[in-house]
Order: sequence, then C-alpha cells, then structure tokens
Amino acid sequence: MSSNSESQKSTGLHIGVAAPGVKKVDPILVIDSVKKSFGGLTAVDVEHLEIPRGAITALIGPNGAGKTTLFNLLTGFDNPDTGAWSFEGKQLAGISSFKVAKMGQVRTFQLTKALSLLTVLENMKLGAKNQTGEKLLNSLFPFLWRKQDNELEVKAMELLRRFKLDAKKDDFAASLSGGQRKLLEMARALMTDPVLVMLDEPMAGVNPALTQSLLEHVLNLKKEGMTVLFVEHDMHMVRHIADWVIVMAEGKVVAEGAPDTVMKEQAVIDAYLGAHQDTDLGVVTGRIKVISEEGK
Amino acid sequence: MDWGSILNNTLAGLLTPTILAFALATLGLAMHFGFAGLLNFGIAGFMAVGAYGYAISVLTFGLPWWAGMIMGVAASVVFALIMGIPTLRLRGDYLAIVTIAAAEILRLLFLTTAFEPVTGSADGLFGYNNSGGFADANPFPPGDYGWGPWTYNEQTLWMLVFGLTVLAVATLLLWALMRSPWGRVVKGIREDEDAVRALGKNVFAYKMQALIIGGIFGALGGIVLATSTNVSPGVYVTSLTFFLWTALLLGGAATIFGPVLGSIIFWVLQAFLTNILPALAESGILPVSGIQAATLRYVLVGIGLMLIVIYRPQGIFGDKREMTFVK
Repeated sequence: MSSNSESQKSTGLHIGVAAPGVKKVDPILVIDSVKKSFGGLTAVDVEHLEIPRGAITALIGPNGAGKTTLFNLLTGFDNPDTGAWSFEGKQLAGISSFKVAKMGQVRTFQLTKALSLLTVLENMKLGAKNQTGEKLLNSLFPFLWRKQDNELEVKAMELLRRFKLDAKKDDFAASLSGGQRKLLEMARALMTDPVLVMLDEPMAGVNPALTQSLLEHVLNLKKEGMTVLFVEHDMHMVRHIADWVIVMAEGKVVAEGAPDTVMKEQAVIDAYLGAHQDTDLGVVTGRIKVISEEGK
Repeated sequence: MDWGSILNNTLAGLLTPTILAFALATLGLAMHFGFAGLLNFGIAGFMAVGAYGYAISVLTFGLPWWAGMIMGVAASVVFALIMGIPTLRLRGDYLAIVTIAAAEILRLLFLTTAFEPVTGSADGLFGYNNSGGFADANPFPPGDYGWGPWTYNEQTLWMLVFGLTVLAVATLLLWALMRSPWGRVVKGIREDEDAVRALGKNVFAYKMQALIIGGIFGALGGIVLATSTNVSPGVYVTSLTFFLWTALLLGGAATIFGPVLGSIIFWVLQAFLTNILPALAESGILPVSGIQAATLRYVLVGIGLMLIVIYRPQGIFGDKREMTFVK
C-alpha cells in the first residue's frame, strides 16, 4: 500500500492495517498507555504507538491535541501520570531529560532556544557529547581537551557551512534572525550525533525562502541514517517529507498512515487546518477514525 | 580642607587586605551570577562561613592556622550543598530569596548569645591570628616596607602578600575554568538551562559545581578579611552583599578582571567619599553635619548602582554586545 511516487520516501514501515497503534517493522520508540492530565484536562492519552526507525514521522493535529506535551513526556521534560515507553529497547520512564539526550534522542523546542550570549560557534560546540573538558577537574588542564575541542570545531564548522551559518560563527546567537536561530538549534542538535531527532515545529516562524532549505536539512537527516519525528502544522511540509503521519486530537492518536493515504482524507485536513475548530472536536475525530479505517 | 591627607588616605585605600577580601568575594559572585546565572544574594553568608570556620577551628578546636582556613573553605562547600540541593532545581529568583534568607539566618546564629562560647556573639572572635597562628607564620622580618601612602609594617605586608596570592590564584582559576568546555556549559546554563539539558548535560550538577566554586571564593574572601581584622557578625550583613553586587556590576558581571577592578574602584571611591564628605561638611560646603555626611556615601552608592544598571548594564569591562539584564 502506501506506495509513493517520490523516490526518497520510505515505505513498508508497518505490519498489517494502518490504524492507530499499528505495529511497525522496526520501531525505534515504543509507547504504551502514556497518560498525562493537567488538572481535569487530559492532555495526552496514548494507548500504543510505535515510531518507525530510519524514517521521517510527522505528528500532526489541531492546537491543543497534546503533541508538544507528548514530546515533553518522551524526552523527560515532563513526567506522565502513568505509562511506559522505550527507546531502542531501553525503558525511558522516569529517566531525566539529560540522560535521554545522552542516549541519542535529541529534541528541539517550539520556541527556539538559542543560547543568546554565546557565539554561534560556542552554541555548536556545546552540543557535542562526551567532552573531556566538560568535567570540572579536566577543564583546568587544556592539554586534556584541546585536541578534542579542535576536532569539534572542525565538525561544527562543517555543519555551520551546511546550514549557511559559517559567516556568523563569531556573532552572538542573539544577533541571529528567528529563522537562523531555528537552523542553529537544528545544527546544534546534530552536534550530539543523535539517533532520533525530535523537531517541535521546525517551520514555525520561518520565511518561505528558508523553508526550502530547512526541508532539505530534515531530508538529509534521514539520508544520514537518523530517525526524525516532528510536530508540524505546515501541511505542505508534512506531505512533502514525511514517510509516516500520526494524527492526534484531544490527546489521543486518532489516525496513522502514509501521508498520501491519511492526508487525502478531507476530515484529517479539516482536523488540523482548523476548519472544525469551532465545532465539537469529538465529531471531527470520530470521522477521522471511520474514514481512515474505510480507506484500508 | 586638607587635600593632602584626603588624597593620601584614598591612595592608601588602593591596596588593603579589606579590598583584596572584597575582590575575592566579588569574584565568587561573578562565578555565580555572571557566568552561571545564579542569583546569589547571600554572598556575605559565604564570607561569614569562611571567616567563622577559620576562627572557630583555631580558637575552639586548636587547629593550626592553615588547617583552620581549609576548614573555613570546607564549611562553605557544606553551606553551598545545603542551600543548593533544595533550591537549584527551582527557577533563579527563588534561589535569590533562599540565599538572602540563608545568609541572614547564619548571621543571626553567629550573633545569638546561645553559642557565645564558640561564636563570641556580638563581640565576634579575635586573637586567632596570634601566638603560633597566621601572624607567627609571617616570613617578613620586622620593619617598614613600601613607599608613600603605601608604607606597611611587616604584619600588614604579610596580610597583603597572602591576600594577593589567594586572589591571584582564584582569578587564574576562574579564567582557566571559564575558557574551558566546562565554562561553556555553565554559560549555556545561564542562557537557557532547558536547551542545555536537551543536549544531554546534567544541568543540576553543573549549577552545584558553580555554586560551590563561587562559594569557596566567597569563603576565601572572608578568610582574607579575618586575617586583618576581627571576625564580627556586624560585618557580614546584607548591605555587604549589595556592596559586592555593586562592585560586580561596576566591573562587569561576566568578566574575569571586572570583579577585581570593580572592587578596587568601588572601595577606593568609598575611601575617597569617607574622607571628602565630612571635610566638605566641616568647611560648610555641604549643609549637613559630619556624621550625616559620612552616611551620605551610602546614598551615593545606591544612586551609582542604579545608574550602572540602567546605562551600562555590561559594566566597565563587559562586552558591549553583552547585557546581562537585557534579555
């Protein structure tokens, strides 16, 4: 099924019928009954979800669907009420965020977090893992970390060139434009040599000219063997680069599938473009379920 | 007005054990606030812990002077841990509230008569430098050293050399730390700790290390101060903390030499004002009494602090692009 004319799309990611919680051939992230409520509001309630390895997965849904909350839970920035999830077979529940990042699951933020008063190059070098000189005692002896630091600089410059930020390397990150900060944050995340890159709205606030290059960067991540999970509202971006689409609404996963099948459904488009924002979300989500099952 | 003596006193104020002590504490504050972004309003508490730790170790436990100083530093590490463990997970402003409270609790504990045999209560502690102590370790033979306003006897020279050595080592240490990848992480935490966390760094551990190192600098400041004067609870008050903050912001919070030079400028200015304001009052230029004139300098300090923060937030030596208060 989910065959796509675009050659770079990964297909055959799942086993059986593409429905919410469908088994994947090679899942990198497996989520089981993760639930999080804020007061009386259930922000996330995911029964079962698998993220396919080596593919680009888009997480879409209307505002307040719980996408960012799910991101926060998966990366240890927030704790769920119940639930378990594993990354490459390792249980992640209760693991603090920095340890999650160390394992190779790196995220970016919806509101870009550039380290303003550090230079662009320092921002980049900070991203690298296992730096000898980051240990307090080692830091006093440059001969212990100088060589590694120089190697990191070469790597950082290479990435900055790719993201066309190399001319800015000595500027404070505060002096970059919003879109450049998005690029810097993504480049910085790549310095950690991640296995799974989680991008929270990489296109938000980025001008159309930059969108194209950002898209290519995301596609490049896959080419280099990384798995990408991203939250996005931009319909075109999702259709263009995603291999798999997960639709959330009211904290639940309501549909899953290859973009061409899931996204053709008018109901899904309505759901996250907001055509039904004024009507009861339950109606919308109910329709999505029905249609995506019929489509199989 | 006796301009000669005013000038002489001011110039003599350039190099005193007190200035060296305050410069050390300001350096600690630079580590805390300037580099790690920790709003520590209890630096006077760290100084008190160092000074009392040193004096009590020598007087009550009979330790040699150098061991007493090590105890003072160790006590500041414990103080940093006690304060940091519950609060470093909180947002920055809560740390400010906790540190100011902790420093006050500490000062009142030193002041209360309940522990008078150990802390000396309001009288403070003295005599710990004598007889086999710091003063006896003086390597300089008796005599006068130096020139003009900077003429010292062998005792003061020994305090100055000791204080300068400690300050030089601390400055070098801060410089070495902040140019390293460790310093990069700490500065990153100052900017946005969630971003640093997302890159796989143990933010809590780094903040704790920064709090301890800055606290040690503060304690060393207290110890250097204790070598030249008595240890008295009236010194380690909240206003001392704010003087140190003024010196820090004057020099530049996120710089290495800013805190040192800021301290020197601040306390030389204080010495100048202490001398000139009463003289101006006496000669009838200022319409206030001599005592009022002496307190007027605190008013001027307050105005100075406001002007710095508003018009030169990066301090004298700070990078023009870097404005700690503008975010």
